[in-house]
Amino acid sequence: MKIHKYDTVIVGAGGAGMRAAIEATKRSRTAVLTKLYPTRSHTGAAQGGMAAALANVEEDNWEWHTFDTIKGGDYLVDQDAAEILAKEAIDAVLDLEKMGLPFNRTPDGTIDQRRFGGHSRNHGEAPVRRSCYAADRTGHMILQTLYQNCVKEGVEFFNEFYVLDQLITEVDGVKKSAGVVAYELATGEIHVFQAKAVIYASGGTGKFFKVTSNAHTLTGDGQAACYRRGLPLEDMEFFQFHPTGIWRMGILLTEGARGEGGILRNKDGERFMEKYAPVMKDLASRDVVSRSIYTEIREGRGCGPEGDHVYLDLTHLPPEQLDAKLPDITEFARTYLGIEPYTDPIPIQPTAHYAMGGIPTNVQGEVLADNTTVVPGLYAAGEVACVSVHGANRLGTNSLLDINVFGKRAGIAAAEYSATADYVELPENPASFVQEQVERLRNSTGSERVSVLRKELQETMDANVMVFRTEQTIKTAVEKIAELRERYQNVSVQDKGKRFNTDLLEAIELGNLLDLAEVMAVSALARKESRGGHYREDYPNRDDVNFMRHTMAYREVADDGKDSIRLDYKPVVQTRYQPMERKY
Amino acid sequence: MATPTMDKVAADDAAAASHLITVTFRIRRFNPEVSAEATWEDFQLEIDPKERVLDGLHKIKWELDGSLTFRRSCAHGICGSDAMRINGKNRLACKTLIKDINPAKPITVEPIKGLTVLKDLVVDMEPFFQAYRDVMPFLVTTGNEPTRERLQSAEDRERFDDTTKCILCAACTSSCPVFWNDGQYFGPAAIVNAHRFIFDSRDEAGEQRLEILNDKDGVWRCRTTFNCTDACPRGIEVTKAIQEVKRALITRRY
Repeated sequence: MKIHKYDTVIVGAGGAGMRAAIEATKRSRTAVLTKLYPTRSHTGAAQGGMAAALANVEEDNWEWHTFDTIKGGDYLVDQDAAEILAKEAIDAVLDLEKMGLPFNRTPDGTIDQRRFGGHSRNHGEAPVRRSCYAADRTGHMILQTLYQNCVKEGVEFFNEFYVLDQLITEVDGVKKSAGVVAYELATGEIHVFQAKAVIYASGGTGKFFKVTSNAHTLTGDGQAACYRRGLPLEDMEFFQFHPTGIWRMGILLTEGARGEGGILRNKDGERFMEKYAPVMKDLASRDVVSRSIYTEIREGRGCGPEGDHVYLDLTHLPPEQLDAKLPDITEFARTYLGIEPYTDPIPIQPTAHYAMGGIPTNVQGEVLADNTTVVPGLYAAGEVACVSVHGANRLGTNSLLDINVFGKRAGIAAAEYSATADYVELPENPASFVQEQVERLRNSTGSERVSVLRKELQETMDANVMVFRTEQTIKTAVEKIAELRERYQNVSVQDKGKRFNTDLLEAIELGNLLDLAEVMAVSALARKESRGGHYREDYPNRDDVNFMRHTMAYREVADDGKDSIRLDYKPVVQTRYQPMERKY
Repeated sequence: MATPTMDKVAADDAAAASHLITVTFRIRRFNPEVSAEATWEDFQLEIDPKERVLDGLHKIKWELDGSLTFRRSCAHGICGSDAMRINGKNRLACKTLIKDINPAKPITVEPIKGLTVLKDLVVDMEPFFQAYRDVMPFLVTTGNEPTRERLQSAEDRERFDDTTKCILCAACTSSCPVFWNDGQYFGPAAIVNAHRFIFDSRDEAGEQRLEILNDKDGVWRCRTTFNCTDACPRGIEVTKAIQEVKRALITRRY
């Protein structure tokens, strides 16, 4: 075991982690621990753009953006946070441009902007051009630009270091972050990083679904590490299903395709979104579009012999426009489906895309131990966190924005904290949990296989807690997850070695997914209403009287070692917008 | 009721099973914890030919041999993790469909060449990233920052569009015979990333980057074999970019 000491440690090197690292490295001795090489992070798969009311191509302002974000989140958004997001969006985009990001340009040479779902002029009057973009590879450009600037700033990376535990020490009755424990993939060695401040920026949890746009590596490692140490997880029942994933594969086809004029059609060729969202049509918010697609499918208007998908039609758009604005997604259709998007519509279905919930933080990125108390020295930003700027449903282009605004905020806040704070004493045997976990998995002779359990988990999640949910389906999922967690105790790996043991890591990742799937299902069961991405067929209406509140899920461990989930609730911060019925 | 597509999964699986084919994956294995020698190992599997080589590798790892080791993440050609040598050609395993590489014969899968193999298909990427870092792969400007964005015409933006697509997968660099013989050569990917800034109208460090690439291990080592262009999974005209850097060195115009 090796021990390292840094002022600031950042866990994860996607957009939020690297944006934080650029700030933290200027102000404190910083290490970035990342399980992937930085440019492999899933920020790079984001396509359509980053919202900011630059008003480069038409009238716009940050107040309209704030409203759209709150309405898009079905009023579960903390309104003070949404206002910060929309206001700071403008500088966040300009910062990236100054760092070198090659945005598409207007004829005047300014940053070009396009339409995106849920973004409107003057509180819902009509779609507005607010998304700043670089073709359909905006996430790729952001990830590359941030990495380039990390190189420029000399950010210190520990690549393929996998953080498995969060260290917390109680000082005078206050829980403080003491550091993290990481597993070095190349050698199997365990490293303790003592740090004054730790920032989690480790991304989402999408791999507990089968049809998902998420990378294989998005397994909720940061959420699980904090949750296991008694910290709450907020609003985990809210998961976004992006309307346009490639049929069966789940690969993302950007909403920018509809922003450029693409249309969703059922088997009769009907533009069905006109029925469900007369004003915004195909550019209604994602939860609305995904439910509309499944309604079409369930009512027998789905496409194909199984009637299990609909079409994204781009055939009326000029090929030059597709080549210039949507080159990557048209190539995906050619590569993976053998379809020519110039002439043929693309079969799509909703795909599990984004966790609105996560580690609760305030607007400085400080992690909360309960509804109000911060954990000194602990921060989170990006998809791993829940500020909450996305509420019950995130608007497209607000995640690339979130990672830049709150990544920067967390980076500055953590580095300023570590400039004055002292190291917190490490717990006794700080690596013991990780050592035991790794040894138990490596030495286990149990009969269960990781891939079998993971497949069963993904299938039950897709079947029971996806776009439509009922008490019965969620209970089915809760019971199945409990069974899988039991069987997980008996899981073993074939690779017993130390060097690049990805077999072992997949087993650890599965443990994280199972813990988080349980939190999601239990949180969903208790929310007896429909709001944003959480749709209960048995409670089809939003219930502001009983559920205008954030879910806070805590892990409790009984004396016999058995764990359970305790749910609590946190009020939503409302400033100037009163909840209204949501129509598009 | 459950999400409707899932009711059909069983039927879909049955339908899919009818067009499964038997494929042999012939994989270069190396694990220094076990043996100092690399060996070939064959795996036979039933797979839908429309699936990716990466799906085949996962099937082996998840059902046959958990110790098979490779990097992967996004699985659709964006993250750059899974460049490997498939049937003798550098490709991304997640962008190569089984049906497109003659599944009637064994499919050979090896690590990319020119970088030290650490285990199975995993190579040491550090020299590759060091070459990248050495070309100053970031925007350099002087003077006061504007309050708004820097202006750039659509034509100036287009000038370096091709090289912004790079995902640093190393397929190009590890396909280059010059790089195989001399790891000191910067390699195509680093030059592509220098090109991305040299031809960006906002940048002011073109001269410095050109001097770096004028080095004995720089662009003049390129023998224009076009392996890199063929290997690029993003369709970047890599050789052309290298030629443009060479021309800029001669004319000092860019």
